Amino acid sequence: MFKPLLFTALLLPAAAFAECEPVVVGDLSVSAPWSRATIGASRPAVFYVTITNSGSEDDALTNIASPVAGMPMLHETVVKDGIASMPHAMSIPVPAGETMRLAPGSYHGMLMDLTGAQKEGDSFPVTLSFQNGGDVTIDVPVLSLRAEEAECAAAP
Amino acid sequence: MLRTIQIILWAAVAVVLGYLALTRFQDEPAATSFRPTFALPDETGTVRTSGEFQGKHLLVFFGFTNCPDVCPTTMMEVAEVMDVLGSDADEVQPLFISIDPERDRALGLTEYVTAFHPSILGLAGDDAATRTTAESFKIFYDRDADANAPDGYTMSHSPALYLVGPNGDWLRQYSYGTPAQEILDDLKGRL
Ligand SMILES: [Cu+2]
Repeated sequence: MFKPLLFTALLLPAAAFAECEPVVVGDLSVSAPWSRATIGASRPAVFYVTITNSGSEDDALTNIASPVAGMPMLHETVVKDGIASMPHAMSIPVPAGETMRLAPGSYHGMLMDLTGAQKEGDSFPVTLSFQNGGDVTIDVPVLSLRAEEAECAAAP
Repeated sequence: MLRTIQIILWAAVAVVLGYLALTRFQDEPAATSFRPTFALPDETGTVRTSGEFQGKHLLVFFGFTNCPDVCPTTMMEVAEVMDVLGSDADEVQPLFISIDPERDRALGLTEYVTAFHPSILGLAGDDAATRTTAESFKIFYDRDADANAPDGYTMSHSPALYLVGPNGDWLRQYSYGTPAQEILDDLKGRL
C-alpha cells in the first residue's frame, strides 16, 4: 500500500523534469517545449518553447515542421492600441547571449491542418530550423487546455 | 463666414477622431456609462438577448475559435474565475461572442466554449448582427487577409474581457492578461 505510493512519488518529479532537459545544438539550447490540448482536429494547435543562444553570433528561428501538422507556421501575437492580431512571423530572432521565449501572448508556433486532435498527455515531435544553427528535433508534451506554461517552468 | 465653416469642419474632425479613439483604444476608460445590447443565436439557433440576462453580471469576451494563443488565455481565466466563485457563480454569466461566426458555427461553438468551462455560453450571429453587437460594446474587430492562414484570413480584435452589470450597464473591462485573481477580487466586491 505504502510502497507503490512512494514509488509514484519518486517517479513523478523525474517524469515532469524530463522535458526540462535542454536539447543543445552548437550554441543553441532548446528547452521547455509544450503545447495545449486541442478541441478536435480542425482547430490549430499551438507550440511554445524556450531558446537560449550562448554564442557570440545572432541566430534566428526560421521554420518549424511536425508530422502532426500539414501547415505549421511561426506567428506573433501583437497587442497594439488595444487590438490583438496574429501576423505571420518570417523568422524569430535569437540574438547572441539572449533567451527567446515562444510564450502565450507573444511569438508562437501555430500548427494548422492537424492529422488528429492533440490530447493532454500526448506528445509529438517538432523540428526547429535555425538560420545558422541547423535543425533540431524535440519532443513536445501536450498539456491541459488550461495550461499557461511548461510544467518544468512552474516547478521550483 | 469662411472662418465659421472652418471651425465647424475642425469640430467635425474632432468628433470623428474622438469617436475613433473611443471605439479603438479600449484601454481608455469610457467617459460615461452605456448599455451594450445584443440579440444573437446560440448554437441551437435560439436567439439570446441582453434582456434575458438582467439581474446577472455578464463577463463578455469577443473572439474566434481558430485562435490558439490569445483566446485560450482569456477563456482559461474565465474558467478559473467561475470555478473559484463557487456558489456566487450563478450570479455571473460568461459569454463568448464570435467575431468569425460563419467559420465558428461550422467548427462547433459549444464544443469549444464548454471545453473551457460548462457555464460559458457561445453566441454567433450573422455578419450584420455581429457588427451591431461589436458597435454596441464599442469594441473593434476586423478580418485580415493572410494568404498563409487557413481559409486565407485571420482576425484581429479587442482582446479584453468586458463586465456588464445586472441592470445592463457596461461596468468595466479587464484588459488582456489580467490575472484571474484580480478579476475575482474585483468581481466578488460587486456580487
Ligand atoms: Cu497564431
